[in-house]
Amino acid sequence: MKRYVIVFSAIMLLLTAVGWGQDTAGVAAAAPGGSPPEPPKNVRAFDTPYDNGHSITLTWESSASDTAGSLFLGYRILRSDTPDGPFVDRGLVPAGATTKDDKGVKEKEEDGYFPRNHDFYYKVAAVTAVGETESPVVGPVQGVGQWYNRGKTPVAVAVVIFTGLTLYFIVRAKRGAVLYIRPLAGIDAVDEAIGRATEMGKPILYVLGLGTAADIATIASFTILGRVAKKVADYKTSLIVPCYDPIVMIIAQETVKTGYYNAGKPEAYNQDSIYFLTNQQFAYVGGVNGIMLRDRPATNFYLGKFYAESLMLAETGTVAGSIQIAGTDEVTQIPFFVVACDYTLIGEELYAASAYLGREPVLLGTLKAQDYAKALIIACAIIGVLAASFGWTWFVQQFHVGN
Amino acid sequence: MKKEIPLLIVFVSGLFMAVQFFVPHASSEFIYEFVMEWSIIIGIFALALGIWSLVRVSVNKIRRRSENWPYAIVILAGLAAMMVFALAWGGLESYMFRSFFNYVMIPLHATMFSLLAFFIASAAFRAFRARTALATVLLISALVLMLRFNPYLGPLGGPEAGLAQWVLNVPNLAAKRAIIIGIGLGMVATSLKVILGIERTYMGSD
Amino acid sequence: MNFFERLSKLDRRWVYLILAGVVVITVLMKFSTPIRINPEVRAIYDFVESRKAGSYLHLAVDYDPGSQAEMHPMTYAIMEQALAKDIKIIMTALSPNGPGMAEQAMLNIMDSVRLHTGKEVVYGRDICFLGYKPYPGIVILSMGQNYRISFPSDYYNTPTDSLPMMQGIVNYSNVDGIVLITGTSGVDYWIAYANGRYNAPLAVGLTGVMAADYYPYLKSGQIFGLMGGMLGAAEYETLAGRPARAMEAMRVQVWAHMVIIIFILVGNIGFLASRRRGGAR
Repeated sequence: MKRYVIVFSAIMLLLTAVGWGQDTAGVAAAAPGGSPPEPPKNVRAFDTPYDNGHSITLTWESSASDTAGSLFLGYRILRSDTPDGPFVDRGLVPAGATTKDDKGVKEKEEDGYFPRNHDFYYKVAAVTAVGETESPVVGPVQGVGQWYNRGKTPVAVAVVIFTGLTLYFIVRAKRGAVLYIRPLAGIDAVDEAIGRATEMGKPILYVLGLGTAADIATIASFTILGRVAKKVADYKTSLIVPCYDPIVMIIAQETVKTGYYNAGKPEAYNQDSIYFLTNQQFAYVGGVNGIMLRDRPATNFYLGKFYAESLMLAETGTVAGSIQIAGTDEVTQIPFFVVACDYTLIGEELYAASAYLGREPVLLGTLKAQDYAKALIIACAIIGVLAASFGWTWFVQQFHVGN
Repeated sequence: MKKEIPLLIVFVSGLFMAVQFFVPHASSEFIYEFVMEWSIIIGIFALALGIWSLVRVSVNKIRRRSENWPYAIVILAGLAAMMVFALAWGGLESYMFRSFFNYVMIPLHATMFSLLAFFIASAAFRAFRARTALATVLLISALVLMLRFNPYLGPLGGPEAGLAQWVLNVPNLAAKRAIIIGIGLGMVATSLKVILGIERTYMGSD
Repeated sequence: MNFFERLSKLDRRWVYLILAGVVVITVLMKFSTPIRINPEVRAIYDFVESRKAGSYLHLAVDYDPGSQAEMHPMTYAIMEQALAKDIKIIMTALSPNGPGMAEQAMLNIMDSVRLHTGKEVVYGRDICFLGYKPYPGIVILSMGQNYRISFPSDYYNTPTDSLPMMQGIVNYSNVDGIVLITGTSGVDYWIAYANGRYNAPLAVGLTGVMAADYYPYLKSGQIFGLMGGMLGAAEYETLAGRPARAMEAMRVQVWAHMVIIIFILVGNIGFLASRRRGGAR
């Protein structure tokens, strides 16, 4: 009997110890997570800087309970129109975060509307699996739209400097100053290329590229087209301009018509020589290649925005025996044109072409401004390299552009 | 006034869009979004003008029996067929429209793009010649870069891969950045010329 | 014309014929080529792999049928990976023939996921396709404000607001990141506007020709990952453990490159030898 009592007691003791251990473990585990977490400290709410006014930024210092390996889940943002509530949940950010932008849309009728110039009150709650502890209420704070984004000041300064340089050189050029610009083989070859087509009695093909009328390369190409059209009208050569974009086609027609008018040959203008082909990339190149192989133009101009079809155009032009002058600001296509064409205008040389062809003082002035701006950039790059090498971070920080 | 009003419109809109970049306020955002929405609408209407131009040119070619006029019939037939399928035969989801897109357009586009491989081969054969010192440098760089992914001509990640990466990361990057900076300045200059009315050929007047 | 001059002036049609022959032979023969994974491709894979279930990815499918050989494998690999992890995908297509490509990829992947994993991918809940609008620069800017400015309805004319997965999704700040697969220079707009103006994390998949020129943006941090051409697609397929079209195409590409290299060398041998002989240049 005594043996059974001892065994029974031992078993009871064992079970009790296990159960106690579990309770203890539960209690021990609950102690850090079982009690509510510490709230975040120094919660601040302020208008998000340099925005449209439909956002408020909150910052805080981490809760003491926010430690690695803990049951800490994150921080809940709570917002109300009054300091006493009711508070609305504005989202949960993960553990470790110390900032959040509470933002929304500006349309009143949309879900997620966030009113400007309206008082809001905030609390930030530390959240664990066991519970939440809120910070004191902060506020009132309003979202206010700013009229100037100070983060973009470096861009504004650069624009002002460049505009100033441009206006200065334009004024100088108008007053008769002689501005030197280096010769460009591609531009010098334009007259020769048009003359070749006239002698051979073959047409000139002018391809404006795949850009829209808003692309700078296309705008630059219009300028060259205008001058080519005037010469073509003088020499009575035919001109073919297949277009990729309908708006580009309309502008090209006006440009060529003006060229013919300026040459005093309005009756020679044929609107059907400038037409819309297609706005499908490879269908367009198929069409232009067909024109090259059938009409065998003596001269091909590829001036504008080009993509993968650039080499296809240039190689087909080589097969057709045309002299080819190309210019694009698409950095990926420049090597193909350099390899396959007789003359290539690289990048900004295309934009400068209008100044080269017309030699007007105003245009030459803008070209000189670009050169001086480039010199300024080179100087800043050299200073920047030295500054970075010697740890003068202040200089590099001046060029940082915000949102 | 025929010239002055468009110039004024260009000046005001150009100036507004330039200033808007620096103004985050909701009022400027509202006008900006308004302009963007209308730009899309205008673009779509311009497409109708383009199609009208293509039809007119093709019809004239057929009427005058110009050189290669049968191709103009092909253009008109293709245009008409796709419009009929899309508008009257069940829309963009119709079997015919999808079939023409999947079994005619896509293979034609892919075929045209694949011709680029042959053109690259013939251009490389013709242009990569060691005529001058610089041309030789170009030739060697091209060979190194083409070989870097070739698993048969050396262990992957070998010295040629390091050299190729250096060529891409140093001289290539430097040259591209310089060209991009020049293009950026040229874009600003051309935009300034357009806004200030110095560049006007897009208006059809000199 | 002596032998070396003939070599130097070989008719381009021989070049085309031999290249075509090599391509056909390597397509018909089945063998694999070893692939090295570049860090810029791994960065995209790791980004998608680290997203939690229920997060959002904007997949911009901006390429035309001409580029699909290089671009489709990238699109397929990323979509399969994302859907397997229950990441919701918002698709747009800003090139004129992009919608066809995007829809083809979406439907094929939805079928493939169902076949291989049994998981049902539901349109509107797991994936949606907003469609195409012209003038990509304007559309990319507008999506940074609100997707609904340019896409009040999706490709199938369903109001965007009625799609369950678009509830609460206003603009780029509500998606984890953007992966752009493109063969056009629309990538410049995405970098300048989506990343430059709105700070959206951006990774790109480009054609081989374009990829080399976008390393500056990788180095400057404006894009966090870059897949270049068929090789980039093959690397991604290798990472995802699903070798498919890109891996098959790699062997063709490697041998085509070797043929072009041989022609360059042949042309230079002919050129230098005939120049040495004082032959015609």
